Amino acid sequence: ILLLHTCVKCVSLPEKVKIVEVGPRDGLQNEKTMVPTETKINLIDMLSASGLPVIEATSFVSPKWVPQMADQVEVMKGIDRKPGVSYPVLTPNLKGFQAAIKAGASEVAIFGAASELFSKKNINCSVDESLQRFDEVMKAAKEFGVPVRGYVSCVLGCPYEGKVAPEKVAHVAKRLYSMGCYEISLGDTIGVGTPGSMSKMLEAVSREVPVNALAVHCHDTYGQALANILVALQMGISVVDSSVAGLGGCPYAQGASGNVATEDVVYMLHGLGIQTGVDLSKLMDAGAFICRTLNRKTNSKVAQATCKL
Amino acid sequence: MGNVPTTVKHCLSYEQLIQDYPWLKRWLLEEKTNTGHEFPEFVKIVEVGPRDGLQNETEIVPTGVKIQLIDMLSGTGLPVIEATSFVSSKWVPQMADHTDVLRGIQRAPHVRYPVLTPNMQGFQDAVAAGATEVAVFGSASETFSKKNINCSIDESMLRFKEVINTAKERQIPVRGFIISIRIISCHHHQCLDSMGGFILLLIRADAPQLQISPYVSCALGCPHEGYIEPSKVSEVAKSLYELGCYEISLGDTIGVGTPGSMFKMLQSVMKEVPTNALAVHCHDTYGQALPNILTALQMGVCVVDSAVAGLGGCPYAQGSSGNVSTEDVLYMLHGMGIETGVNLAKVIEAGDFICNALHRETNSKVAKARGRTLGCVSVRENI
Repeated sequence: ILLLHTCVKCVSLPEKVKIVEVGPRDGLQNEKTMVPTETKINLIDMLSASGLPVIEATSFVSPKWVPQMADQVEVMKGIDRKPGVSYPVLTPNLKGFQAAIKAGASEVAIFGAASELFSKKNINCSVDESLQRFDEVMKAAKEFGVPVRGYVSCVLGCPYEGKVAPEKVAHVAKRLYSMGCYEISLGDTIGVGTPGSMSKMLEAVSREVPVNALAVHCHDTYGQALANILVALQMGISVVDSSVAGLGGCPYAQGASGNVATEDVVYMLHGLGIQTGVDLSKLMDAGAFICRTLNRKTNSKVAQATCKL
Repeated sequence: MGNVPTTVKHCLSYEQLIQDYPWLKRWLLEEKTNTGHEFPEFVKIVEVGPRDGLQNETEIVPTGVKIQLIDMLSGTGLPVIEATSFVSSKWVPQMADHTDVLRGIQRAPHVRYPVLTPNMQGFQDAVAAGATEVAVFGSASETFSKKNINCSIDESMLRFKEVINTAKERQIPVRGFIISIRIISCHHHQCLDSMGGFILLLIRADAPQLQISPYVSCALGCPHEGYIEPSKVSEVAKSLYELGCYEISLGDTIGVGTPGSMFKMLQSVMKEVPTNALAVHCHDTYGQALPNILTALQMGVCVVDSAVAGLGGCPYAQGSSGNVSTEDVLYMLHGMGIETGVNLAKVIEAGDFICNALHRETNSKVAKARGRTLGCVSVRENI
């Protein structure tokens, strides 16, 4: 039985994993250095060439709040869209949605928090209220036939509330799914999760939302991201969010890392024999490019290692 | 599973079972979400920072600092702390103060302090300095042997035997020998492989029985040879187990392994050596250490080597990280409800201390995040 048990681990992994590259939006949004439009476009084009199937391009949020994303329209219009690749954009409200459509967006994303306190502190309203605000976006998206991705933040812990109940995460995920989101990305926003809390949370959520509509968005602030992703894969998840070069620090822990590095995720997946469609060396080129421009070291260990095999 | 005849092994093979019972695959898949009892309840952490860690740091650390580091680690609950190495200071200047360190530390009860000893001279110095667990190593690669201990393989093997016999004769309750054997590639006369690999045998002589616990390095990849066949690792592990080793630590020396190769390697080794005699020594050079450790735990391994603050870079990849950080390992284990007996906050303190002394940043993400979190509630709860 022990032999069978150990075989379960290798049997239950997906054959293919879809990587959702969030570097140009989630990553750059959390970088202090302002990046010129041309650089952003270049980065996205390099990422498109690496084989990534989904690249979060920009955010149609007010430049007053997120100056880094002020050039949203130019970026959207300037990138070379590779056929077969999706370029979702964040749309915090109807106005943002309309601007996004006008700029040529064909996929959008909305978000909700699994923590009431986090919701209050960030957007000054309760979780339910925030989801209601997205009703109009969902309606408009349906009219235009635009798919919508839902993000849930603080799924494994909140900087203000501490522990977050898995049932609460399931509740928010279920709401987003029933509103019409085709995929729900579960975010460990402050990176505190471990394989223990990840599996408990996924157990609760997968009772409400089909597992093939779920994705994980792990932060590597405590070094747990890859271990958490592995557990998620073992539970049937086959969509993983990550950021080239691990762009985007943690806004709650100054100087600490945030997003998990796409290079490190791809390295692990390929090592597991899982297909991603991504060319790791082209991806590393993109990472090297953006780090040079930002004048910072990469957060990817694969990129850092110079070991020749 | 070491002595199971081949025919029985075939009957127990997964492929055969799935062929005979097609419903089994579906049943296994349904079971996959039950993550309740897959992991060991307790994991023993072998802290290698003061020796393996510091040995690979470029800055020389004063004796007083080394002693203080080990004393701080002794107070954290760690059960095994690799203290120093009785190697010639000509070769490893960082370990020149081995005697003073061993004499200077305050040994906590129930904590073991193995020290490396490459030859008789080193062994005698170690015993004279009060060592209760020593490590003797030789090399199976002529190049490595010459470069590291300045003698041929045969000479080093003789030294190893000499040390053990002397220890037995003198009836010294010597509790540990580490033997480092560089495994040479197949086109040389040895059947075991890879210029980059070496085995450390930790022999713990809990009188009257000699207990050997080796460390097999380059188990998942070699800087010179590349990918290492799992069967080669299990061959080595098997021979060591048959010699009487009670614990075999499998090292991913250049950190190239992933859960995929870890799984395959362990699956192969577990056919020859019982799981409870295995340990993993993962390097984080490619960021894969924690998922690799997780995979090992899922397969029943319950001994993990790590280094406080992730001390010790990778000697094969300039500027890259090497040893996985004890703090990050603990954070993961405790988050999974696995006991270690170790106080994470105290390990972080020890890590902060040694990083200040080395004028370097910690390699531990947990330590980095703890140092900078803006009064977050949640982060404390997990510790």
